[in-house]
Amino acid sequence: MTTTLPAYDEVVARYEPVIGLETHVELGTNTKMFCGCPTDFGGEPNTRVCPVCLGLPGSLPVANKAAIEATIRIGLALNCSIADWCRFARKNYFYPDMPKDFQISQYDEPLCADGYLDVEVGGELVRIGIERVHLEEDTGKTLHVGGATGRIHGATESLVDYNRAGIPLVEIVTRPVPGTGALAPEVAKAYVTELRDVLRSLGVSDVRMEEGSLRCDVNTSLNLPGEEWGTRTETKNVNSLRSVERAVRSEILRQASVLDAGGRITQETRHFHEDTGDTTPGRSKETATDYRYFPEPDLVPLAPDTAWVAELKAALPELPRLHRRRLQEQWGLSDLDMQSVLNAGAVELIEATVAAGTTPAAARKWWLGELSRRANETGVELADIGATPAQVAELQGLVDAGKLNDKLARTVLEGVVDGEGSPTEIMTNRGLEVVSDTGALTAAVDEAIAANPGIADKIRSGKVAAAGALVGAVMKATRGQADAKTLRDLILERLGVQG
Amino acid sequence: MTDLTRMTATDLAGLVAAGETSAVEVTRAHLDRIAAVDDRVHAFLHVDTEGALAAARAVDERRAAGEELGPLAGVPVAVKDVLTTKGVPTTVGSKILEGWRPPYDATIVQRLRAAGTVMLGKTNMDEFAMGSSTEYSAYGPTHNPWDTDRIPGGSGGGSAAALAAYEAPLAIGSDTGGSIRQPGAVTGTVGAKPTYGGTSRYGLVAFSSSLDTPGPCARTVLDAALLHQVIGGHDPRDSTSIPQPVPDVVAAARQGATGDLTGVKLGIVKEFTGEGAEPGVMAAFRDAVDTLAKLGAEIVEVSCPHFRYALPAYYLIAPSECSSNLARFDGVRFGLRVGDDGNRSLEEVMSLTREAGFGAEVKRRIMVGTYALSSGYYDAYYGQAQKVRTLITRDFTTAFEQVDALISPTTPFVAFPIGARTADPYQMYLADLFTIPTNLYGGPGISVPCGLSEGLPVGLQVMAPTMADDRMYRVAAALESVVGTFTPPAL
Repeated sequence: MTTTLPAYDEVVARYEPVIGLETHVELGTNTKMFCGCPTDFGGEPNTRVCPVCLGLPGSLPVANKAAIEATIRIGLALNCSIADWCRFARKNYFYPDMPKDFQISQYDEPLCADGYLDVEVGGELVRIGIERVHLEEDTGKTLHVGGATGRIHGATESLVDYNRAGIPLVEIVTRPVPGTGALAPEVAKAYVTELRDVLRSLGVSDVRMEEGSLRCDVNTSLNLPGEEWGTRTETKNVNSLRSVERAVRSEILRQASVLDAGGRITQETRHFHEDTGDTTPGRSKETATDYRYFPEPDLVPLAPDTAWVAELKAALPELPRLHRRRLQEQWGLSDLDMQSVLNAGAVELIEATVAAGTTPAAARKWWLGELSRRANETGVELADIGATPAQVAELQGLVDAGKLNDKLARTVLEGVVDGEGSPTEIMTNRGLEVVSDTGALTAAVDEAIAANPGIADKIRSGKVAAAGALVGAVMKATRGQADAKTLRDLILERLGVQG
Repeated sequence: MTDLTRMTATDLAGLVAAGETSAVEVTRAHLDRIAAVDDRVHAFLHVDTEGALAAARAVDERRAAGEELGPLAGVPVAVKDVLTTKGVPTTVGSKILEGWRPPYDATIVQRLRAAGTVMLGKTNMDEFAMGSSTEYSAYGPTHNPWDTDRIPGGSGGGSAAALAAYEAPLAIGSDTGGSIRQPGAVTGTVGAKPTYGGTSRYGLVAFSSSLDTPGPCARTVLDAALLHQVIGGHDPRDSTSIPQPVPDVVAAARQGATGDLTGVKLGIVKEFTGEGAEPGVMAAFRDAVDTLAKLGAEIVEVSCPHFRYALPAYYLIAPSECSSNLARFDGVRFGLRVGDDGNRSLEEVMSLTREAGFGAEVKRRIMVGTYALSSGYYDAYYGQAQKVRTLITRDFTTAFEQVDALISPTTPFVAFPIGARTADPYQMYLADLFTIPTNLYGGPGISVPCGLSEGLPVGLQVMAPTMADDRMYRVAAALESVVGTFTPPAL
């Protein structure tokens, strides 16, 4: 079936989208949720397992306190109220990657509930309601072998790796977000971005969408103005911030075309495809599995101490949005300049460089200039470029001390990025330091004057600007290792001209 | 020479410690006894001859090296097949785990090993501890040493029969609705269900997590107390384990053995003395009550009005939890796998495995529990049963404001003939009528032999407040000091 999708602007002029997001975050605790196995990403299959996370008969879970603490901190950062008493619950369903054939999760008694997160979209604040934040265990991973697609269809064999089974997972569920109109896809992306930044600032997860430590399901529905909300679909496999935006947009267009044709939206799970930007149907939710939730009898109820929660709250870091605003003021940047810093992913890098003693302007110059250019060329994240804030600060220190000029500094920075060592080491090893020996410089200037009598005459006759040509000549002779200003002054002095 | 198999654990440990016999000799005597009688009793599913002898030799070597030995060092113990034993088959009485050798020891098994006891093997049980006669074992029934045509109780009939047949002086059981106490009662042995959380469940293959309680079985109250002391106490691997020391049950048993119950107030549960129990059981119970009174105990009658709802509440809670606990037996990671021929779907293989691996009673309870937890029925069944549980707990706490401990017959009837109650599940469920309330409350209970009815043993149950396990040992030991122990006819 080929359907021509209507134009997006035209669709959102007629329909009102309602979105909602469910985000799963793998916590960066040292050990799993209910046993002592390590949580590091990777590892040979089924090497990070024990009787508990394999669900062997007789084994019992014991809750990880660090995971509970991290969840409470997330809840607090999202302005939630923290339950003073709550329980884990069993979610029962048969699946081979669930070692016990039930998942320990939370049901009607989440650890954190009723919060919000403010996000900025187009300069406006949008408040996203948070329904709940709860703690559960991750599943193992099933690998389907023998088929063309790596999916179960056509596979001859299925293998399960339980290394991931039992890693603490926090689920963050928003309330439905109506009223964002055409901006719905952007709001969704802004929310996940802001949430990721909050989680990162809390230090509770490495929040890498591509490795699956941050996973997002996007709910979308459409309704006509004044009418009840439409049937929603849940889009899974949304593995990047860009995909969040594309998935909402694609689902809005798809649903509009169904509704325009007089059809109705099926409540179902849909699968997002990174390559095409489309979604395809997954399992239908109309014959929803009955998970037979009941309170987990193997675990005692959680009753976080009020004083402890208050301590955690007092120790929360500044929210990323407020933190950014403060930095923008401190750095004296316009909204537009700040946006380019954000887009480059350079906020923390510049902040750290400034903390190491560099002026904001110089720090920004290096990170957004030379280093961003290299990052773009090589296709790596700026943070992974190979130069650290400390090294950039050291480099700028050498410039400020007059040991490097701008051009030499760029050369040294290239060396840093290529892993040749610290800026000072590279400068010394490659002999790139500015020539400050006046005797040597004077000799070089005198040579240049002698070699360019015409230019020398021009300068003597008052055309001071012509000194630039002699500066260039001396620079060439000294392989750039001179300070241009010093050089210019010296040339004028040797020619007996006032600068 | 004295028959080592007829001695108490206390005496055996004393002989080993004094060097008058060795742990190896004690162990061989019991292995020989098993070889001689277990074809008629079928108490054991697996006898670990090599492991037992190795453990016994280790004890003898430690003694020879002058090491201090624990109070039960060198004493053989039979372990119900519900506890995981590293490298030793653990079946839970089910075909679905046939051949499974766990890679780890249950905490209780670790503690037994650390104490120098010698594990003889694994005892028979109703499949997944669901039953009251051991007839629901997938490996055939255990026979009561008092009359091999009769049941030894259940689910821990293997452990109780091993004691009564002198195949072991000590045994471990697990009690979800009476599976330690009821077999104790019908085999004339002692069985104690500790306070829930007083003994670790780590490594106990779960039937009903909120009720399962492992505990000691023995032929005397003091032996049970010594075993309780060894296996009990906090375990960080079980989050429902109570972080407090075990009450001094050994001292309490010794105190009780003096035969003085002055100042102890006992309550007879009124609801358990009416119809429901056999006349012979009631007669033996009444005699025991008179004995307790003569020992100085003050006896009053106490009403626990909600106990009558215990059985229906239990048969919603336990199956609900079991329907979830038993989900993991799906043929994917361990145990039986049926139908994996490369053509069938995963779902089909799971179904075929469970169809072939579980017995009828287990399936019945999984189905009841699945239904009770279903959306739309949860409140009416599981939710309602939890409310009843709260009311029963309140009955106990109210009663314990008036009395130190409650007493009742352990089970309404003496050992019944094999096959007599398998046709009607409800008739089987009635065996646990008097023991189930304790499990729902979470307190401790003990069954101690109190007499005979038609030549078969009758047990008296003592129920105490949570973490007051010592009280029931005192009362039980006092009764034992008068009525003595009971010896079945020769096999």
